[in-house]
Amino acid sequence: METLNDDRIKELKEIARRVRIYVVKSTNAAGSGHPGGSLSATDMLTVLYFEIMDHKPDEPDWEERDRLVLSKGHAAPALYGVLAESGYFPIEELMTLRALGSRLQGHPDMRKTPGVDASTGSLGQGLSIACGMSLASNIDRKNYRIFVICGDGEMQSGQIWEAGMFAAQYKLDNLIVFLDRNQLQIDGSTEEVVSIEPIVSKWKSFGWHVQEIDGHDMGKIYESIQKALEVEGKPSMIVAHTVKGKGVTFMEGSLAFHGKAANDEQLEIALKELGGK
Amino acid sequence: MWEMAKQRDAYGETLVELGRERDDIVAIGADLCGSCRIKEFGKEFPERFFNSGVAEQNMMGVAAGLAFQGKTVFASTFAVFATGRAYDQVRQSIAYTRANVKIVATHAGITVGGDGASHQMLEDIALMRVLPNIRVVAPADYYETSKATRTIADMDGPFYMRLGRSSVPIITDEDSLFEFGKASILKDGDDVTLIGTGIMVSRCLKAAKMLQKKENIEARVVNMSTIKPLDEKTIVKAAKETGGVVTAEEQVVSQGMGSGISQVLSESYHVPMKRVGVPNVFGESGNSEELMEKYGLTAEAIVESAHDVIARK
Repeated sequence: METLNDDRIKELKEIARRVRIYVVKSTNAAGSGHPGGSLSATDMLTVLYFEIMDHKPDEPDWEERDRLVLSKGHAAPALYGVLAESGYFPIEELMTLRALGSRLQGHPDMRKTPGVDASTGSLGQGLSIACGMSLASNIDRKNYRIFVICGDGEMQSGQIWEAGMFAAQYKLDNLIVFLDRNQLQIDGSTEEVVSIEPIVSKWKSFGWHVQEIDGHDMGKIYESIQKALEVEGKPSMIVAHTVKGKGVTFMEGSLAFHGKAANDEQLEIALKELGGK
Repeated sequence: MWEMAKQRDAYGETLVELGRERDDIVAIGADLCGSCRIKEFGKEFPERFFNSGVAEQNMMGVAAGLAFQGKTVFASTFAVFATGRAYDQVRQSIAYTRANVKIVATHAGITVGGDGASHQMLEDIALMRVLPNIRVVAPADYYETSKATRTIADMDGPFYMRLGRSSVPIITDEDSLFEFGKASILKDGDDVTLIGTGIMVSRCLKAAKMLQKKENIEARVVNMSTIKPLDEKTIVKAAKETGGVVTAEEQVVSQGMGSGISQVLSESYHVPMKRVGVPNVFGESGNSEELMEKYGLTAEAIVESAHDVIARK
């Protein structure tokens, strides 16, 4: 199986570091947003956009492109970060996040932002949209793949399991879903709010191919996708164990930064850690 | 009297024709594919037909995903599930994104009959007309349903089309014009205007006949088959020329078509008005005709309202 060499891993880590800087800076500028869940999803998004997905930043509507549905739409700052880094829009535009008139809405809006494949934000809906995209690719005999990033709090939503049954029924094997298992939702630990465990066996019993990885290991993220791409007749779930707020010590594992931006002082500390300005 | 036919039959037949003409037409249902009449489409085009099972929220999301890839999607289930159960999915995934999804709901209204209140959707017009980007159509009969199905397939973006369960009188014919956003005048008159939608249009015609025969009152009858956007021009013109308006719908009166018309008139041309519909209550089991009578959806109720309006002119 194909693996990533160390040099490439270094490059991807460097991109992810910049994306993390964008996340903390843009949410600070906006005065609100969800840095915690954006930082936990950053490494997956980086590998997808810079190593896996076939896409053309200068032609966002290219029909053959691979699609990404950010079902946990509140991680929009990370998605915008990788899109800007890919060249869909200028990096400076990231600082307009959540501002009146900005193309960068608080949650992804496919009609406003180049490169956004699906509008999301109301949790639980992205996976169903991705199923529809996958069915369309089958009708049209197209080879594009559909990637999804779900949150773990989102697993409490009934529609996720409706879509889970549906994807298995229709054997949607070009559908690859990451579960950003950062353990926390806005009201506390997922296990304290309403337990989603045992999540691996749940998805297995729903007829999915399931893997479990460290969601911050670039090499493992890459390899798990390669493995998922080889699966036939089943949708794929990759349970990625992550740390909420990853990369910024005071945000790591912190509930406070689920839905709150760093203030100016905190931003300075965060940027120092991330080696940015 | 009139011949009777089911609107959903017209929908199912037209959908098959559309499927033959256009590769981009796909259909999805939620375990009620037979009742909604999309099963035939599924038989002829199995590769373009999907069933979500009893999972309407997922159905709406899947429909949106199909539409984002260039498909013209017909999503069908009962009105109560399409607009109630899946409201947030319709709002977020379809209306907000302007997805090319045609939500065609059957079994709307009290005429569902024996199934009772759990299945009698009387709030769907209210729920759908308030949503940005969604256009709302409620055809009056078999032929109009067929034409409306074609029209919404030809127009890009989301629609809600409301159909009933039972057979309804055929009051138009194959050659009558259906124009989206345009109300049609089925009978001229200058004494009062009766504006109906869906199954209530034929009752307005009946009421007009009663008014004419017994009292020499000439009522204008308007078929408001597009509920959103409302044909304001026709409404205001009728108000000016007849001086009073009665609306009739198989819906709670508090936020339905009649409310929309009263909003138009209160801002543009104030005339006495009366809205015929179901009060803000749930229905119950019974046969369609009994229920229509008990809940005041009759030609007699329209006649009575016309008297009230005329008296206040």
